[in-house]
Amino acid sequence: MALQSLDIVRRSATTTAPPGVREAYTGTVAKLIDTTKCIGCKACQVACMEWNDLRDEIGSNVGVYDNPGDLSGESWTVMRFTEYENPKGDLEWLIRKDGCMHCADPGCLKACPAPGAIVQYSNGIVDFHEENCIGCGYCITGCPFDIPRISKRDHKAYKCTLCSDRVAVGLEPACIKACPTGALVFGTKEDMQQHAAERVEDLKSRGFERAGLYDPPGVGGTHVMYVLHHADQPQLYAGLAADPHISSLVGLWKGASKPIALAAMAFTALAGFFHFVRVGRNEIDERDEAAARQALEAAPPHNAPPGPGAPPILNSPHNPNPDKRP
Amino acid sequence: MSDTERRAILERYSSGERTNHWLIALGFVLAALSGLALFHPALFWLATLFGGGPWTRILHPFIGLFMMVVFLPLAASVWGDNRMQAADWQWLRHLQDVVNNREEHLPEVGRYNAGQKLLFFVIGACLAGLLLSGLVIWRAYFSLYFSIGVIRLASVVHSVCAFVLICAILLHIYAAIWVKGSLHAMLRGTVTPGWAWKHHRAWFRQISHAAHPRTRPD
Repeated sequence: MALQSLDIVRRSATTTAPPGVREAYTGTVAKLIDTTKCIGCKACQVACMEWNDLRDEIGSNVGVYDNPGDLSGESWTVMRFTEYENPKGDLEWLIRKDGCMHCADPGCLKACPAPGAIVQYSNGIVDFHEENCIGCGYCITGCPFDIPRISKRDHKAYKCTLCSDRVAVGLEPACIKACPTGALVFGTKEDMQQHAAERVEDLKSRGFERAGLYDPPGVGGTHVMYVLHHADQPQLYAGLAADPHISSLVGLWKGASKPIALAAMAFTALAGFFHFVRVGRNEIDERDEAAARQALEAAPPHNAPPGPGAPPILNSPHNPNPDKRP
Repeated sequence: MSDTERRAILERYSSGERTNHWLIALGFVLAALSGLALFHPALFWLATLFGGGPWTRILHPFIGLFMMVVFLPLAASVWGDNRMQAADWQWLRHLQDVVNNREEHLPEVGRYNAGQKLLFFVIGACLAGLLLSGLVIWRAYFSLYFSIGVIRLASVVHSVCAFVLICAILLHIYAAIWVKGSLHAMLRGTVTPGWAWKHHRAWFRQISHAAHPRTRPD
């Protein structure tokens, strides 16, 4: 087993349990993104680029502050800016750092067909191991947050790793390190929930009555959580899912139906074998040949001289071209 | 059996038809093996046959397209012989007799029996479903044109069609082993008159221009 801090609890396309003697008694980690403190400086994006050695293509302005315009194989986090006019008629600039939510029940991992391409560590981080990735994009199909992207450079899937390499050695993720306002904090999930509760209380005292923590139970909770001023309307924040869960279609596609289908295919093949054993082959015998011969002799073909050796019968050893229809 | 009788044979499939059939079969086997590798973790080892996971992902859609393309000429040429007729439904009602090799009670069968006809339509429907859903989930070229909901639905449709097709082809393969002489017919193109008389009597009459059966006291 590798580093204790990188113990794997779930592995894509693997039907047996991973090594599980060591348990994460100290709990899991989480990143808390406080949208109410974010100033949209994009230092987190730069830190992500630097630490992970990522250099996306220089794009063009898409008409809003989002830059780049979307996540990509080379951009694992993007600030999404929303101009929201609240019921009082005031403008609110809602800024959300978008990226992998590190679901406790990850749709990407459930959908992935490549063994070990997606893993979940005991600390809660969901990580892609691109050396095992086959580039099919099923993780995109499975993700409830539209996060993974296939890189155009190498056709592998990429997303935020929550800096699993840094976390493994006791460092906080690069984006946390770079945030100048304290909008990004990192720690155990428990601590982050506690910290968020204090923030929510503060926000409520300042008039944001609907402030709250975004830790959606539909995916078992997430290891990236948001403090939102409008927790009752997460979709205000550039379409953050109100009730994310793994799609029932993905459940049908990747759930119990798979082993059942596999068993049904095996059963079909076995049914043939046992039909062979019990009933046997359907063979012709001399009577069939005799009956056929009689029928052929009794009914000479139209437009053909009567006589033995009706035209549809080919005497193959003497026929120069047996494949040609008579 | 005299020499002339032993040599008496009827042509059932031309060399062109046989080539076409086996090209489809080749496409199917490769598409099924590469697809099954991605279908269930227990079968991921099949990816090794295609050079590993990424190569399986790259090749599978092209193999599928190849199978579609070679299916079209066969479909066009056998379409007319596969229309369901009244006698076919009667044949299906006697399925119990069919599987127990009791052909006496069955209506006379033309070039194809009702089982073969149904198989033809199941294959056609599955291939159409596989083609359409396969394009939607072909991430490298086409997925970007579809919404996530459509992609998820297509993933399910692709799996279901593949499952039905594989089961249907397993039955097809077994039927070829079961009805002795069928495999030879598709490999070398010929059957004996007795084979045609027993399994496809209406077709036998048609090609031998024997209009009506005659009852003769033996």
